[in-house]
Amino acid sequence: MSALLESLIELIRRTSAELPDDVNAALVRSLEQEKKGTIAESALKIIERNIELAKRKSQPICQDTGSVIFYVDCPVGFDQIECEAATREAVKEATKRGFLRQNSVDSITGKNDGTNLGPGAPVVHFHQHREPTIEIRLILKGGGCENVGAQYSLPDESIHANRDLDGCRRSILNAVLQAQGKGCGPGILGVCIGGDRATGYEFSKQQFLRKLDDRNPDPKLDALEQDILKTANELGIGPMGFGGKTTLLGVKICAANRVPASYFVSVSYMCWAYRRQGIILNATHGIEGWLY
Amino acid sequence: MISLTTPLTEAAVRSLKMGDEVQISGVLYTGRDAVHKYLHEGGELPPGVDLKGGIIYHCGPVMMKQADGTYQCTAAGPTTSIREEPYQAEIIGHFGVRGVIGKGGMGERTLAGCQKYGCVYLHAIGGAAQVLAECVTRVRAVHFLEKFGSPEAIWELEVTNFPAVVTMDSQGGSLHRDVFAASEAALEARLTPG
Repeated sequence: MSALLESLIELIRRTSAELPDDVNAALVRSLEQEKKGTIAESALKIIERNIELAKRKSQPICQDTGSVIFYVDCPVGFDQIECEAATREAVKEATKRGFLRQNSVDSITGKNDGTNLGPGAPVVHFHQHREPTIEIRLILKGGGCENVGAQYSLPDESIHANRDLDGCRRSILNAVLQAQGKGCGPGILGVCIGGDRATGYEFSKQQFLRKLDDRNPDPKLDALEQDILKTANELGIGPMGFGGKTTLLGVKICAANRVPASYFVSVSYMCWAYRRQGIILNATHGIEGWLY
Repeated sequence: MISLTTPLTEAAVRSLKMGDEVQISGVLYTGRDAVHKYLHEGGELPPGVDLKGGIIYHCGPVMMKQADGTYQCTAAGPTTSIREEPYQAEIIGHFGVRGVIGKGGMGERTLAGCQKYGCVYLHAIGGAAQVLAECVTRVRAVHFLEKFGSPEAIWELEVTNFPAVVTMDSQGGSLHRDVFAASEAALEARLTPG
């Protein structure tokens, strides 16, 4: 087995079984804030126990091990074809070992061949950079939270959203309202303002690569992120939609240029089981360090 | 905390109220999208499966086949239930189901079905696959494994003290409806006048 393949299997195992530190810390804070004796508090206590168990047993935090999405940053000259082949092999092997559920279904025949491989599965995004380093990030995104993602085309009269930041705010908060209960809250939002229908969702998902405690360098987007987080947590939706204080753990927003005729607000929702991890590879493709 | 044991009686189910925390022991039958569509279209339950007084669990577990041919359940949290809304009430009535476990709650048709037939919706904690898998003491059998694939098969799970919250009861109470209405009003108050 090649070193790259071993590194990728370990990346999948750890992503599936262990939450990153920033997410853990946010969940611990939300448990401290919930009112004692409520079902919201009970839910968060079960979540906390679940995180500990999954890590100790090296088993999936959530049985829906989700869409498998790799993001590879690599230097010029890196063999992307070989790397993509290795991700496929790693996914197959990780499924055999139970780090991933047999989770990929042929959309036409309905057949699940148990390998997690097929058209669009897994997804691998490559990005070349001028650095010598190879960084591979992985997100496992379950179907429950993926299903509550939403794309708004402004103006949207039904929610009184015009083509301005207030219209974006209305769209994003409407998505939070509609997602309640279904997306396994407390959740995290990734949002893209602008782009087209495909890039809008794509960039919204890439926001999940940011750490929860970072701040947006754009002051307008930073203010919108803070405002959405605060407002959403005043709505009383709470963990699992049971009612309570923590509805969202974080909000990350980016903007992309649009054509004059389009104005999309694309909202991706991530569940509390926010499985995101990354590795830096050494010269022989072993794991040199972890990114989260 | 209220303890429930399967098969559930109508009286036990009718006494449960929205917000009650319960722990369930006995047998759960997993069934999700493919199973609900199949049963709703008139498909028959596999031999040996009786849902009378039983509990359907909206779940696609991770199962590891052991050397002796049995299965070990290594992850078993709930999936989003609302996708079964077109089918659930009829399935409750037709098969005598007394409990549905899932996440996210269900709609008015299922709520009416719970009232009519004496059934409750039990909310498990979404994503808590390890805590819930630990409650599975034995995987008794599997049906439709080839037909629907592992996550969509009917797995018979023997469970002990499986935790859940009653969020839709048989008197018409729905925590989901209440929280949605309250949060919708709270949001309206926080929007600039449109």
